[in-house]
Amino acid sequence: MSTPSRWRALTHHHLFWPTAVLVLLLLVNVPFTPDFFSIKMTGGHLYGSLVSIVLFGSPLILVAVGMTLVIATGGIDLSVGAVVAITGALACSYISDQADQSALSGVLLAMGIGLLAAVVCGLWNGFLVARMGIQPIIATLIIMVAGRGVAQLITDGQIITINSEPYKLIGGGYWLTLPFSIFVVAVVVAITVALTRKTALGLLVESVGGNAEASRLVGIRSRRIKIMVYVFCALCAGIAGLMISSNTSAADGNNAGLWIELDAILAVVIGGTSLLGGRFSIGGTVVGALVIQTLTTTIYTIGVPTQTNLVFKAAVVIVVCLLQSPKFRAKVFGAKFGARFGPKSGSTPGAKDGGKPAAAPSETAATTEAAPQMEVS
Amino acid sequence: MLNRRNFLTAAVGVAAAGGLAACAKEDKASTGTSGGGGSKTITLGFSQVGSESGWRSANTDSVKSAAKEAGYNLKFSDAQQKQENQISAIRSYIAQKVDVIAFSPVVVTGWDAVLKEAKAKNIPVVLTDRSVETSDQSLYVTLVGSDFTDEGRRAAKILEKVLEKAGHKGAVKIAQLEGTTGAAPAIERAKGFKEVMDASHKDDWKIVVSQTGDFTRAGGKQVMAAFLQSNPDINVLFAHNDDMAIGAIQSIEAAGKKPGKDILIVSIDGVKDGFVAMSEGKINAIVECNPLLGPQLMDVVKKVKNGEPVERWIKTKEGDFMQDQAKAALPSRKY
Repeated sequence: MSTPSRWRALTHHHLFWPTAVLVLLLLVNVPFTPDFFSIKMTGGHLYGSLVSIVLFGSPLILVAVGMTLVIATGGIDLSVGAVVAITGALACSYISDQADQSALSGVLLAMGIGLLAAVVCGLWNGFLVARMGIQPIIATLIIMVAGRGVAQLITDGQIITINSEPYKLIGGGYWLTLPFSIFVVAVVVAITVALTRKTALGLLVESVGGNAEASRLVGIRSRRIKIMVYVFCALCAGIAGLMISSNTSAADGNNAGLWIELDAILAVVIGGTSLLGGRFSIGGTVVGALVIQTLTTTIYTIGVPTQTNLVFKAAVVIVVCLLQSPKFRAKVFGAKFGARFGPKSGSTPGAKDGGKPAAAPSETAATTEAAPQMEVS
Repeated sequence: MLNRRNFLTAAVGVAAAGGLAACAKEDKASTGTSGGGGSKTITLGFSQVGSESGWRSANTDSVKSAAKEAGYNLKFSDAQQKQENQISAIRSYIAQKVDVIAFSPVVVTGWDAVLKEAKAKNIPVVLTDRSVETSDQSLYVTLVGSDFTDEGRRAAKILEKVLEKAGHKGAVKIAQLEGTTGAAPAIERAKGFKEVMDASHKDDWKIVVSQTGDFTRAGGKQVMAAFLQSNPDINVLFAHNDDMAIGAIQSIEAAGKKPGKDILIVSIDGVKDGFVAMSEGKINAIVECNPLLGPQLMDVVKKVKNGEPVERWIKTKEGDFMQDQAKAALPSRKY
């Protein structure tokens, strides 16, 4: 392979642009934080900006991974923020009632109760979307609005502070000198990738997203797949909820996971998953979530005035989304960086359907081809 | 859509006001008889913002228990952070002919119509905690609430004491954790703090970083973690509320520093968890923002009912606490 064609392959990889933005954002921090990339040992664990980014970004990665599968089926889940709040509230209020808050059995039970509630929320969303045929954005809006009220009901409108060492581990503790949450995220991502890329499950999810009715006609149980992804998404949000409440050792029904659904959708989009459904990239989503978390950290370190935080964030997001668009790249950078258009576009791995709503069968064929590519991430 | 809804609300308001004005004559007789006897129990209609924080629930409890103690007949409603709920609650109080209406406005504007209805029925209105913007100042009698700017000033003054006590010498490099962007407490606390700083510490104090932590623990923790990376030489933290300070303390500890020693911490509010942290030596001083304004409110209601003159703004009684007072004050913290 000659160098230009390698370069071409690289820039056409679906992870190239999100990763480039991530690296760029990290570099922006260097002038403001001289030892930004340095990681040192402090108090028995690693400490540094990069560690903080992963630690604080973990819940978002989890929620975004769950969201990716939902979006791949052509749906959307707005309820994740509320599920985060409910899970944290349930777990913390159970632990705070225990005589010995650090007892492992109590903590495990508390986590179980929290996650069970998350699964119930997921089942409800899946039921409304798949069985009742309600638009996903409306169906999940119900828990988004009502769920936060439920969380406040559980916490009685107060912030529940707990003092439990085992519970603190999940989102705020360290294991083998690394934040424990990194391991949780790694396990969830690994399981998700294995299930979706080593088995037919990922293909089924994509085919349901491509055309639910056609999938049903070829014998895929599209309703069951849909319910499954909503439950999975809620479960991810539940784990994130445990992490967020564990990170501060407190359950805040009012603020925990507030607007995380929007950040998660953004992470999914930055990662190159189409909101139309039919294809997804878990690796892209992880990078996308890291981009958002790095962006947040960057805002804090470079001294953006508080009032312009959101404007700054918006500007970066616009740039990222434009870079993600093959059409935009072709216009600005010339054909070298852009996707090739025309009949070939469907078979270009990683390129989005250049504005052409392809028919479902060819779409599915394209994703099958693209699937091994995505595993690399 | 929103405009249409606002228009509808306004239209309904006007219609209701007109209707009320029409039956004002026959009402007079009944109000006359009920207001005649001075010994009759006072009926107070109170509309709360919602229950969005521990501070707010403490505020609600205080109003309820103070009303009970004073022997008032309290009609309470929770607006769940929605103005339309609050307007309809106030309207129902007007219809029930309560003696005094008190409420914590959810938002600053949009109250003229309903307050005019109250005025037309001669029901005095007392605001609590937050203020409103209105074209007609006679629409409410008084505001019982905190002076956020003064809290900022007090925070700066108490920081002087903290620095002196810690024997601090050299430059004071301050990190500020702001409240929710655009919220009155965030803006005014920052303003008050800066006022004192500019007046008497122009050379030795400097706010090196300032960012919003949204009044939450998670926010405070994350922002402080980034601050400690970009400005490792920070030696003072000023947090606009206790929760952000509590979050920040966790980040300071993760960075291997001692909160309260390596980094001196001053915060505002005085919630229970804040006092716990202070009694552990992790917060150096707390400026109280008192939600327990129930007793003061009942006092004002009585005066207003009896037609006595009251001040336009009755500031809540608040204290400043240093570390040595923390342990003693802890049991008295109800929220």
